[in-house]
Amino acid sequence: MRIRTLSRVLTVAALVLGLSGALTAALADHEIVAGGQCDRTGATKLVGEQICPGVLDYVNLVNKKGGIEGHRIRYIEVEHGYQVDRGVEAYERIKREGGVAMLDYGTPIVYALTPRHMEDKIPGITPGFGRADATDGRKWPYIFPLAATYWSQMGAGMKYVKDSGARKGSKIAYIFYDNPAGREPLHVFERICKQEGYGCRTFAVPPPGVEMASQVLDITRRMRADWVIAHLFGKSPSISIKEFKKNGFPLDKVVSLVWGAGEHDILAAGWDTAQGYLGMQFAGVGRNFPVIQEIVKMYRDEGREVPATVGSVYYNRGVLVGALMAEAIRLAVAHEGLPVTGEKVRNGYRRIRDFTLGGLLPPLTVTEADHEGGGWVKLYQVRGTEIVAHTDWFHGYRDVVQDEVRKAAGKK
Amino acid sequence: MINRESGVYQTTYEGDMALYTLPLARATALAAVALLVLLPLPLWSAGNEHWMSIVNTIVLSAIGAIGLNILVGYTGQISIGHGGFMAAGAYAAAILSSRYDMPFLVGVAAGGVVAMLVGTFFGIPSLRIKGLYLAIATLAAQLIIEWTINHVTWIGGGAQSTIYVQNPTILGVEFDNEFRRYYLLLPFFLLAYFGALNLVRSRVGRAFIAVRDRDIAAEIIGVDIFKYKLLAFAVSSFYAGVAGALYTYYLRIANYEQFTLIVSIQFLAMIIIGGLGSVIGSVLGAIFIKLLPIVLDLTVVGVSENVFGVPYARVADFLANFQLVVFGGLIILFLAIEPQGLARMWFNVKRYFRLWPFSY
Repeated sequence: MRIRTLSRVLTVAALVLGLSGALTAALADHEIVAGGQCDRTGATKLVGEQICPGVLDYVNLVNKKGGIEGHRIRYIEVEHGYQVDRGVEAYERIKREGGVAMLDYGTPIVYALTPRHMEDKIPGITPGFGRADATDGRKWPYIFPLAATYWSQMGAGMKYVKDSGARKGSKIAYIFYDNPAGREPLHVFERICKQEGYGCRTFAVPPPGVEMASQVLDITRRMRADWVIAHLFGKSPSISIKEFKKNGFPLDKVVSLVWGAGEHDILAAGWDTAQGYLGMQFAGVGRNFPVIQEIVKMYRDEGREVPATVGSVYYNRGVLVGALMAEAIRLAVAHEGLPVTGEKVRNGYRRIRDFTLGGLLPPLTVTEADHEGGGWVKLYQVRGTEIVAHTDWFHGYRDVVQDEVRKAAGKK
Repeated sequence: MINRESGVYQTTYEGDMALYTLPLARATALAAVALLVLLPLPLWSAGNEHWMSIVNTIVLSAIGAIGLNILVGYTGQISIGHGGFMAAGAYAAAILSSRYDMPFLVGVAAGGVVAMLVGTFFGIPSLRIKGLYLAIATLAAQLIIEWTINHVTWIGGGAQSTIYVQNPTILGVEFDNEFRRYYLLLPFFLLAYFGALNLVRSRVGRAFIAVRDRDIAAEIIGVDIFKYKLLAFAVSSFYAGVAGALYTYYLRIANYEQFTLIVSIQFLAMIIIGGLGSVIGSVLGAIFIKLLPIVLDLTVVGVSENVFGVPYARVADFLANFQLVVFGGLIILFLAIEPQGLARMWFNVKRYFRLWPFSY
């Protein structure tokens, strides 16, 4: 290439960059800045594309209604494509903009950012993204899981199994994606099995999790399991549904933890195939909640079409994220006044009591010792072309889970 | 009147053997180092940890990319296991400093050595197989290392396979913010950079190049292929290990999910875009791959909101994917303009300005 052309291209590029940089520098006062990462392009884009609009819509709704005690929230979303490097960059960008509350997206990114949250005293919330050990707020004061961790999900799943008739000698299989997130609840499962005298076996599905015929065959034909707890991500939940169906295993005996229970998992397996499948949720599903109705109304008032995702599993989790962030900021302003700091927002999270948002959330109560808020979940079942509530909010084996949290807090 | 030399004429052996043979090149290199040393000052005075963190991740990637270029670019052995070797170094450093309270420098050195041993072991197949076949063998290395970290509790440290480390401290100075961490990483980068420059023009480096260009011919003229192929793996994975260990101290956590297959492929992309067989190319490639997505993210959103007046929330999905399209397009564009990478482009610019304004 001719050097002269090259230099021209570079000059134009530099001008464009400079211009847009100057434009974005314009800032407004009297705002409370919060931020979060998102993954709309990476490994979990199907989740990100629904969760993140949920957060944005809720923040928008709060601002439409006059903000928090009269102050607008400016929510900065940063795309990271599920990469740790970009997660760090996103964190630093939100911090630089003055963020006082953050959503951390993705298990490896949550782990990588934990030291930064602790040092900078900016609370990060990680609903569904792991860090079961961060339930103990005395050891991890700035990390808030705020939704049932994998340990609590396992405890709840095992309680459901027990309430549904499992007894000593019952055979329970745990099929999981073989990565840290998948293995996190493993020892809780084994411990409860031992305590209850179940005959338990675990089945690892190696990444990328698209091949599990032998594991499912093993579970259904050799082990002849009575119950299955599944903890799969990405494409694998839909494949597991198809495999269980193929082997004639009743899907209402399969309890999936929270990342295997979205509409797109069911869609990929086929609604017909997935009838009866049980999925665990930490936020309600559907549009029958006052807050979701308000969002629908907001769209209609603006004369815009309501996106199909509103009310879906992951969208509602995004609303949960936005709502908890806003509630913590509100409590921080109400109790400690302006200016809002990370520390005040942390105290705000710890002041959340029985916050249900009209049934979308479980009766969440966060304390210093319990950043998880009680470990509540709800089972939903695939019936017809809908995901309908199968149980009410419940939690189980709290003693076991809390003991594990205590043990983890003692570890270096 | 400024006089300029019309060619490279050396009158002494020392001059001929110097790393930079031209006074101008030496001055440029010194100025670049000085610039790198002073880089944090404006950012520090502006309190901008954000940009510093971006620079830090680029520096970390550059060290790894230089290492991979020694193996792929100079010796011609394709490796898709670079991320795995980085993970080996990262966990070695993390285990030593969290469980045995070893200081930072010991951790980094151990990270390099452990990765070197692992890398040399997985380099053994390179004696028999070449090209794409070797790529698959190193892919296996990547997966084996990931699996091992994931499943051997002593290495991974439990179900989460994560190990926390403290902020590194040297002579009582704790490296606890982005600016200090930059000065922690910079010496390693300079060592890696000038070490690689000197390595590739030594006897060993020439042997690497001979192996790359035609290994049978190299063997005939007396290059011990067994030795040099393994040496290339050893040096390359030592770099990877050091980069992995530094990454661990930078994030204060070792987690193998930071070093997955996609990371290995990113490193290959860096050296291909930067220029195979070029040390500065590795650095330019690392800057390209790491900086461009962030610059795009900052500009595309800004342009959409301020120029077109479209709020982010309405077009977030489109913008996120649009950035990927632009990113991919730019990679293709740069490679189409100059298939030999950014290093070649930089070389062309230099050559042009050597004779400017009176080119012939």
